Amino acid sequence: MTDKEALFEFLLRLADDHLVLGHRMSEWCGHAPTLEEDLSMPNMALDLIGQSRNLYTYAGEVEGLGRDEDALAFLRTEDEYKNLLLVEQTNEDFAQTMLRQFYFAVFMELFWEKAHSSSDEVLAGIAGKAIKEIAYHVRHSAEWIIRLGDGTEESHQRMESAVLELHRFTDELFEIDDVISSVVEAGIIADPSSLKAEWDRRVGQVFAAAKLEVPVEYWPQSGGRAGKHGESMGYLLTELQYMQRTYPGMTW
Amino acid sequence: MVVLEMDLDRTSKRAAWQAAASVVDPEIPVVTIEDLGILRDVQVEGKTAFADVTPTYSGCPAVLAIELAVETALLEAGFKPVVRRVVSPAWTTDWITEEGRSKLKAYGIAPPEKVSSSIRSLFGETEVTCPHCGSASTQKLSEFGSTACKALYRCEACKEPFDYFKCI
Repeated sequence: MTDKEALFEFLLRLADDHLVLGHRMSEWCGHAPTLEEDLSMPNMALDLIGQSRNLYTYAGEVEGLGRDEDALAFLRTEDEYKNLLLVEQTNEDFAQTMLRQFYFAVFMELFWEKAHSSSDEVLAGIAGKAIKEIAYHVRHSAEWIIRLGDGTEESHQRMESAVLELHRFTDELFEIDDVISSVVEAGIIADPSSLKAEWDRRVGQVFAAAKLEVPVEYWPQSGGRAGKHGESMGYLLTELQYMQRTYPGMTW
Repeated sequence: MVVLEMDLDRTSKRAAWQAAASVVDPEIPVVTIEDLGILRDVQVEGKTAFADVTPTYSGCPAVLAIELAVETALLEAGFKPVVRRVVSPAWTTDWITEEGRSKLKAYGIAPPEKVSSSIRSLFGETEVTCPHCGSASTQKLSEFGSTACKALYRCEACKEPFDYFKCI
């Protein structure tokens, strides 16, 4: 694998994380319990999809085969998608939606802070914008986790179930393989495992306020980076790619 | 002769800037892209005008509409337009001009409080003044408002809801 191939693969993963999570958040549009939330979730979706567009466009340039953001988003199959398993998990209830957002946003906040001084100028530029946006995602999701965790008996129980369901997908955030090693060595990103302690601290801080326990024993799940996804991923892509698959080449 | 050419360059650059700067934000039509600090630079080479614009938020849906409007404005002013999207340095609300701030306020949108562009700590709050009655007694209803760049507030004094242009 050349440096260029590693950079492309890395950008694609990051773009996929953002598009898939953005799509999940957009599924709440029109279904949120209050108007304010109905505005907030599509807004977060918009941020994530906007960030994914910047990343896909750059990935396409790095690859140099003429694929643009649309080709990368709409014309790849499930096993070509390299997103984290965490971000493809279904919305279920508010507890699970907000916890998924929180786990990812806390990581990305740390990640973008480092990427802002990346040796790669384009990524540093994208980081400069994303870092301001992600701060809102962290705050908004953290507020909900505390509100629900330290809320009623039912809301607390739902938060606990969400933690039990999602925590096993968080180890994948910090995983290192050849692709990551290559971009770390090139000074493009910080070693993700070096972000783990601070991620644990920030998550622990919010969990303490939310009267939630951070799981100690669980079975870590991964495979997204290798294109191995859960069943729900196929349904997500079916909806996301419907127009381009049905009417190839259509434009607005 | 040389001086004359430089003057010509300056005149056409000013014409191009004025054309591009006249474009208004499609979602807040009282402010221009110059007021918002979205228009970063305009350069002219021969008949071609290069306009650099920066998005407010990565996912701002107005970006395409703005770029198209800049292209059209430059065409109408007699230039061959090239609009370039610049993401770095990242746009900050500090780039909104004083005129832009007063236009926003007159339109009923509270302009961003001047504290930028540090990222406030978790749960940090800012005091926002009501654009209708000027009271500082306001309450945040939602972090996310009608567009990505705004939050939703309510004034405790005059009871009116209003948008707050978030500080980033």
